[in-house]
Amino acid sequence: MRSPASARPPVIEVRDLRTHLVTRWGTVKAVDGVSFAVREGETLGLVGESGSGKSMTCLSIVRLTPRSASGVLEGTVLLDGDELLTKSEKEMQRIRGRKVAMILQDPMSSLNPVFSIGMQLREPVAAYHGLRGATLRRRAAELLASVRIPSPEARLRAFPHQLSGGMRQRVVGAMAIAAPPRLLIADEPTTSLDLTIQAQYLGLLKELQERHRFAMIFVTHNLGIVAKMCEQVAVMYAGRIVEMGPVREIFTSPRHPYTQALLESVPRLGAKLDRLMAIEGQPPDLARLPAGCAFAARCPKVMDRCVEAPPEMAVAPGHSSRCWLQAPA
Amino acid sequence: MRVDPMEGVTALPVAEPRPWGRLRAGGLPVIPLGIITTFVLIAILAPLISPADPEEQSLRNRFRPPVWDERGSWQHPLGTDRLGRDMLSRIFYGSRVSLTAGVVTVLLASAFGAAVGLVAGYYGGRVDAVLMRLTDATMSFPVILLALILAVTVGPSFANVVVAIAVILWARYARVIRGQVLTLMELDFIAQARIAGAGAWRVISRHLLPNTLNTLVVLVTLQIGYVIIVEASLSFLGAGIPPPTPAWGSMIAEGREFVTSAWWVSFFPGLAILLVVLAFNLLGDWLRDTLDPKLRQL
Repeated sequence: MRSPASARPPVIEVRDLRTHLVTRWGTVKAVDGVSFAVREGETLGLVGESGSGKSMTCLSIVRLTPRSASGVLEGTVLLDGDELLTKSEKEMQRIRGRKVAMILQDPMSSLNPVFSIGMQLREPVAAYHGLRGATLRRRAAELLASVRIPSPEARLRAFPHQLSGGMRQRVVGAMAIAAPPRLLIADEPTTSLDLTIQAQYLGLLKELQERHRFAMIFVTHNLGIVAKMCEQVAVMYAGRIVEMGPVREIFTSPRHPYTQALLESVPRLGAKLDRLMAIEGQPPDLARLPAGCAFAARCPKVMDRCVEAPPEMAVAPGHSSRCWLQAPA
Repeated sequence: MRVDPMEGVTALPVAEPRPWGRLRAGGLPVIPLGIITTFVLIAILAPLISPADPEEQSLRNRFRPPVWDERGSWQHPLGTDRLGRDMLSRIFYGSRVSLTAGVVTVLLASAFGAAVGLVAGYYGGRVDAVLMRLTDATMSFPVILLALILAVTVGPSFANVVVAIAVILWARYARVIRGQVLTLMELDFIAQARIAGAGAWRVISRHLLPNTLNTLVVLVTLQIGYVIIVEASLSFLGAGIPPPTPAWGSMIAEGREFVTSAWWVSFFPGLAILLVVLAFNLLGDWLRDTLDPKLRQL
């Protein structure tokens, strides 16, 4: 019997995370005060347009933000209660892969082309578990089998170019669960796979999560996938979470105009639509953000108050929105 | 509804990886390989196959023409030079100087240059800026001038030739390898390795270096020919291998006053240089086309 969700402490808790990058064009506030928490076995969907800070939030958690741009990385990132932002690089190297794993978008370049699958898979397994020889080979084959790769023994000798995109992404998945990790970050892992393979891969991720009970952060701009994969959704806009809540609530009663616009821009079968709703305008320049609400310039419900930045306001238990519309009158 | 992850997944036979298959595919470059093998064997076996001691003078036998000339003899198949030394033996021994200089210099330069390129490309930012300015400065310095300075101040020697060329030549490797590393750093497998907990050393040695080896092999082969020419030029100028050790460059220099009367003294070492350098360049071109056709500009 599992304890009720609220009683379990979160695996990952992010509080007021700020990642600012100093570039030639000014200070880019890529992540600006993001807070969320994900519990064991649960999935948080991180949704938003390109450049809204989804990926940068994930990279900040493992402290792999671009090094060439010096800048700010502050706030609190607790992994099982352990602060990550104050750790040394050496300590972080022991946490990456072992406790936090990540799957990236492009299966075409996510494996080293000059080594066989087996060599690349054995490396993390040897490092995390200190296995060698026949035991190591057996464990590598088991990992391939656990991501549903047929004839794993033979595949260990294959090179990345001999596998399809879906297969490669499975191999990346196998490497990610080698530890297994406490937190898996999936950064648009299925974007470049075709639809049937996408569905298989998402099913596989869910299956692995049920087996290993890791918390998952799922980054995507595909709302259909969010509905299938996540318990919680955080909608990001211009480096901030503008609305967060349980997936059902976000889909049935979205409160923030941006979330509403996002949902309306998804074509639905059977709905009477002459044209697709698009969000007017462009996302703002992160180096020159307005003082108030970042969405105000594109918002259909913009008000005078929007020149002030709206705080996070609770609209229901576990559901919050950063919009003056939710302010008590 | 749960989608079966195995649905639609069929087992394909996995082809046995043949790392050398690509090299054999278009047929080996027989002529360049043949020339290089011949000269390597000559260099190794020089003491056994030379008809005479390359440094033994015989003033009575000065300027003997090659064997096919009516005044020539089988005793000196390619004739003798102005001190009566056997040309064929000197060319045999000279191959030792040229090949060792070429290989040792290029290995030193490529090891150092690749290390600089990998570090600059991996770390980027200020490290990159400093290392690349150093590289630019090095590339703007003429090899011959440095070797002449070394020869005048420290005295000409084999070691000085190797050092003078390697100290300049590494910059080219640093440039090319850094460029490749910058491209590689954009690929997800580097990010994926760092996410899996790999440190700088691991990323550089396991992911970046193996992916630049093709380029290195091509560049090394092409540069051996270049170094042989530079070494010969230095020896020709008297800043290279000091006499009486036979070196092809200095042999050409010794014969140049007598080109009209005893053409063979300069001709045969020149021919040897031509053959070896041409062979290395052809081999390099072939390796480039086979391993990495994108490297046309090298």
